[in-house]
Amino acid sequence: MNNVFVYCEITEEGHVAEVSLELLSKGRKLANELGIKLEAVSIGDDLSHVPEEVFPYGVDVVHLADDKRLFPFTTLPHASIITKLFEQEKPEVALFGATSIGRDLAPRVASALRCGLTADCTSLEIGDHTEAKAGKTYKNLLYQIRPAFGGNIIATIINPDTRPQMATVREGVMKKEVAENAKQGIVQMIPVEEFVKPEDFVVEIIERHIEAQKINIKGAQIVVAGGYGVGSKENFNLLYDLAEVLGGQVGASRAAVDAGYVDHARQIGQTGVTVRPKLYIACGISGAVQHRAGMDQASMIISINTDPAAPINAIADYYINGTVADVVPRMIKYYKQNSK
Amino acid sequence: MSFRIIVLAKQVPDTRNVGKDAMKADGTVNRAALPAIFNPEDLNALEMALKVKDSIPGAEILIVSMGPGRAAEIIRESMYRGADGGVLVSDRKFAGSDTLATSYTLSLAVKKLAPYHLLIAGRQAIDGDTAQVGPQTAEKLEIPQITYAEDVVAVDSSSITIKRRLERGIEVVKSPYPCAVTVHGSAAPCRPRNAKLVMKFKHARTLSELQEETKDYTEMRADRPYLNILEWSVDDIQADVEKLGLSGSPTKVKKIDNVVLQAKESRQFSSDEKDIDQLMKELIASHIVG
Ligand SMILES: Cc1cc2nc3c(=O)[nH]c(=O)nc-3n(C[C@H](O)[C@H](O)[C@H](O)COP(=O)(O)OP(=O)(O)OC[C@H]3O[C@@H](n4cnc5c(N)ncnc54)[C@H](O)[C@@H]3O)c2cc1C
Repeated sequence: MNNVFVYCEITEEGHVAEVSLELLSKGRKLANELGIKLEAVSIGDDLSHVPEEVFPYGVDVVHLADDKRLFPFTTLPHASIITKLFEQEKPEVALFGATSIGRDLAPRVASALRCGLTADCTSLEIGDHTEAKAGKTYKNLLYQIRPAFGGNIIATIINPDTRPQMATVREGVMKKEVAENAKQGIVQMIPVEEFVKPEDFVVEIIERHIEAQKINIKGAQIVVAGGYGVGSKENFNLLYDLAEVLGGQVGASRAAVDAGYVDHARQIGQTGVTVRPKLYIACGISGAVQHRAGMDQASMIISINTDPAAPINAIADYYINGTVADVVPRMIKYYKQNSK
Repeated sequence: MSFRIIVLAKQVPDTRNVGKDAMKADGTVNRAALPAIFNPEDLNALEMALKVKDSIPGAEILIVSMGPGRAAEIIRESMYRGADGGVLVSDRKFAGSDTLATSYTLSLAVKKLAPYHLLIAGRQAIDGDTAQVGPQTAEKLEIPQITYAEDVVAVDSSSITIKRRLERGIEVVKSPYPCAVTVHGSAAPCRPRNAKLVMKFKHARTLSELQEETKDYTEMRADRPYLNILEWSVDDIQADVEKLGLSGSPTKVKKIDNVVLQAKESRQFSSDEKDIDQLMKELIASHIVG
C-alpha cells in the first residue's frame, strides 16, 4: 500500500521498455527517500521474463497481468487493470513513460481516479508544501517539475490532496541505473478476468506495422542540431553533411520541426528526445527552456548564431557569431583537410 | 437519428514562433502579444470530421470550444470550413482549470449534445502539449478512445476504422460508436474556407457578441437560426462547481522559477575562415571530434 508504482511498458520485441527501466531507477530513489516500496506493473502476453528484467532496478513487488488479449496494447483493458490495481493498492506516486502508450493510458487512468497528472516532467523531487491560506502543511509531496510555456520558466506542480501523484516522463530524461543490493522481489499475478470487462475489447486492431527505431539521436556522441535559424529544408543538408563527417547525428528544435525542415523524430527537448552527447553544435537555435531541457547536459556546446544575445550562447562553451550557411561549410572544409 | 460528429477545438496563443517582439525585458513571453490562433491539431481534427461528413449523407458537425468570449472565432472559422454549428462553453468559474477539470466541463457539454457518434479532437494543444484532455474526456463519457489518428480508412453507420500514427509505426483499428478520436498533426491539413459558407455564416454570433454589436441584426437572425452560436455557462451544463476551475483541479502550481542561465566562460569566434580553422584545430587536438 502507498508505494511508488511504475507502469512498465512492453516493447514490440517483448521486453520492458528503456524508458520504464529509467523510471524504475528514479522510482527506487523516490521510494528510498519516502521510506516506501517500489512496485512495477506490466500488462501483456507471456510476461514470464519481466521479473528478471526489473528486479535489478530494486523492484520490491512486480504485478503482472498476463493474457493473450493484452498484447498488443489497447487502451481500455490496460486502463481498467491499472485503475483497479491502483484503487486496491493506493499508490503514493505513479510514473508512466511519455510514449505513445503512456500518453494514451495515463490520462485515462488519472481521469478515472480523479487524480492529478503532469505530462513530460523533466525532473521529479520530494518536498513539502504549505498552503498559506489554510495554514496547512503537506509533507513529502512529489514535485513534478517541467518547463512552462513562456520564456525561461520552470513550473513545479504538486497534487496536495489526491493520490496517486501521477507523472509522465520522456525517454532519456532519467538515468537508467541498477540498484545497489537489489534483491529478488515478489511476483504478484493480477487476476485478469476480474479486472477487465468484455466491453473493454470493443476496439479491434486490424493491422500493425511497427518498425525498429530508425533514428537514434539519443545515443549519439556528437549532435548537430538545427533550429528555425537554419532557414530552410535545403540548408539542413549542411547539417547532415557536418554530422556525417564528424560521425554524429542531426537533431532539431521544435520550431525547425514545425517549419517542416526536419522530421519530428529528431526533435530535442522537453517534448522530444533528451541527449547527453560529448559535443552539441546548436545551429540557429535560440535556446528556449523547453529546448535546453533536452540538451543542457551535453559535455560541450557550440552555438552558431547571428544574435550575440541568444540565450543558448550563455550555456555554450564556444559561440560563433555568424550565419549557419557561412560557418558550417567552413567547419566541414577544415575538418576534411585536417583529420586523419 | 442523424449522424452527429462533435469536434473539440481550442483557441491558443501562437507559441510556435515566439518572435523578439513578444519577449518582455525580463526574458519572459508576453502572452498578450501573441496572436490567438486555432490550435493546429484541432484543425486536423476538423478536417477528419469533414471527411467523415463527406461520406455519410446527412451527417452534421458541431464544434465545442471552452474558452473566453473571443474563442467564438474558432467556431465561426469552423463553420466557414464546413461545420454546422457550435457551442462556446464559457464562464469565469472555469478559470484555472487543469486538464481534469477541463475534461469534466467538456464531457458535460458533449453529454448535452448526445446522442452523437463521434467525438473528434486534436491530439494536444500547443500551449501545454499535454495530450490529456482527449483521453480524459473520453473516460468521463465512458467511450473508447483512438489516439494519434492520421486517417480514416473506412467509415459507415456502425463503425469507424482509423489509421493511427505511433512512435515507431502505424496501426489500423476499428471501433463501434460512440467513440473518441484524437488527431495527430500528420493527418491531412484542414481544407480552406469556403466562400459561400463565409457569406452564410459571417454574422454568426454568440449572445454575448450580439450584445456588443452596434447594428441590430435581430430581424435577420429570426429566420436564420443557424447564425446563433450557442453559449453555455456552468448552469447550462449543470456542472458541480466543486469540480471546476481551481477547486476541481488536483494539480496545483507550487511555484514558477525564472531560470537564470548559469553563464559559462564562453569563448567567442567570428565566422571568418581563420577563426573557424582555429576552433576546429582545438576540437581535433582535444579529441572532441575526430
Ligand atoms: C509546451 C511546449 C513544449 C515545447 N517543447 C519543445 C521541445 O521539446 N523542443 C524545442 O526545441 N522546443 C520546444 N518548444 C518550443 C520552444 O519554446 C521554442 O519555441 C523553440 O525551441 C524555438 O526554436 P528555435 O530556437 O529553433 O527558434 P527561434 O527561437 O526562432 O530561434 C532561431 C534562432 O536562430 C538565429 N538565427 C536566425 N537566422 C540565423 C542564421 N542565418 N544563422 C544562424 N542563426 C540564425 C536567431 O538569432 C535565433 O536565435 C516547446 C514549447 C512549448 C510551449
